[in-house]
Amino acid sequence: MKKYLSFFRLRFSMGLQYRVAAVAGIFTQFFWGFMEIMIFSAFYRADAAAFPMSLSATASYIWMQQAFLVFFATWMLEGEIFDSIVNGNIAYELCRPVDIYNMWFARSIANRTSRAVLRCFPILIVAFFLPAPYGLSAPANGLYFLLFIVTLLLGLAVTVSFCVFIYVLTFFTISPQGLRMLFSSCVDFFAGAVIPLPFFPEKVRKIMELLPFASMQNVPLRIYSGSMSGAEMKKAVLLQIFWLFVITGAGKLLCRVALKKVVVQGG
Amino acid sequence: MITMEHITKTYRIAKRDSGFGQALKALFHREYEEIRALDDVSFSIGDGEMVGYIGPNGAGKSSTIKILSGILVPDSGTVLVDGRIPYKKRVEHVGKIGVVFGQRSQLWWDVPVIDSFELLKDIYAIPDEVYKSSLSELTELLTLKELLRSPARQLSLGQRMRCEIAASLLHRPQILFLDEPTIGLDAVSKLAVREFILKLNHTHKTTVLLTTHDMQDIEALASRIILIGKGKILMDGTLADIKKGGKSIDETVAELYRSYNI
Repeated sequence: MKKYLSFFRLRFSMGLQYRVAAVAGIFTQFFWGFMEIMIFSAFYRADAAAFPMSLSATASYIWMQQAFLVFFATWMLEGEIFDSIVNGNIAYELCRPVDIYNMWFARSIANRTSRAVLRCFPILIVAFFLPAPYGLSAPANGLYFLLFIVTLLLGLAVTVSFCVFIYVLTFFTISPQGLRMLFSSCVDFFAGAVIPLPFFPEKVRKIMELLPFASMQNVPLRIYSGSMSGAEMKKAVLLQIFWLFVITGAGKLLCRVALKKVVVQGG
Repeated sequence: MITMEHITKTYRIAKRDSGFGQALKALFHREYEEIRALDDVSFSIGDGEMVGYIGPNGAGKSSTIKILSGILVPDSGTVLVDGRIPYKKRVEHVGKIGVVFGQRSQLWWDVPVIDSFELLKDIYAIPDEVYKSSLSELTELLTLKELLRSPARQLSLGQRMRCEIAASLLHRPQILFLDEPTIGLDAVSKLAVREFILKLNHTHKTTVLLTTHDMQDIEALASRIILIGKGKILMDGTLADIKKGGKSIDETVAELYRSYNI
């Protein structure tokens, strides 16, 4: 366990070095958040009753989403890991007494957390002071907040297990491009990154909520904004745990197969 | 003790002729060619030996190192390193060997070298005292003192290679595989690396298997030479066996390659 913690520590402290990237990210996410909220408020002006979430709940959803974007962005995969498979640098990783899967998992979690730590606070603070209903409102009560934190971390774990699964698949395809494009566009849509899932038609939403993608950002953001009932929350948390086990298990299995057949590229 | 017996390994390589038409054809029908990277390779290396493993590009040197390091599974044959089958128990095996790939980097690019070392300490679960004494020994022998605090990306190739070698030895492996450790280095760095490997073998009785194209490396380091060509072991002997008269080592080896038609 200690080795994976060290991976986490090193990747984390490395992530903290990239200050300019963080500033740029913060600006982008502010801009994006404002834009989305402006679009939504135009729709709400037409008929506020037609929407499943109140405007202030939607605004909270969007600000939290922007603050923790790096937790859940599946397009934010680590080029270094892909490169190591494509050009054969993975040879060195394989020459270490570590489990490749766990190592990638630890380092992805660290990478995302370090970036989030740099970015989330300015966004949260400013969004909190924006006038209602455009700003970030406080959660309904302390319990909701606690649940938000728990599901946020579970969602991060599901997202990372999904990304590591893509890394492992690259052992078989060699080129990561196709996989990246396919998965990242699908995931954004199904996870509620483009539009929150409650906005989808009832029948479609019911299916979407069962998919692993709904176990990423959908759960914590909706719990925070208060658009989930008690029973729904229970089901959502159980689904998160279920998908975490399934995707991690599948990834580890595939990794074992890959290492038996893998050809380290290059001489 | 390292033994390899009747090891074979084939790669499947997709092939096509040049041109758009051929590329289109390959969409539907792909031709593969089987390349025998290793063909019935057998040898054994005793503890504390220093062996030079030579052969032209594509002869199978790297494949051999990869199999011995447990990161490539052979098609057939048996391989044992200190009683372990490398690819069966990879994690246990690699904890006890050191590997340097001259053409790759194991240091974390953006952080000071010492951070990479500290990470390796935890990865190999090296006890504090062992780590401290290894580090100070390696720092002195490879003159790393000035380098440890700089990020790996800002080191020159020679400086980086010295750090790479140190990184592979922090856990004090009894067996060291060096895959072209002197490639691209200037004269000073080459000499430093050679001298260090000699000392390591002398003081710690580390078994060293070294692949290289630099025959001066071989001359300086290896008492025993294994020659591989087209996946087969062609010769296993000493430098004196192949050296004739006043010819330089490079000429001798070139002649040897020609005589085996590789």
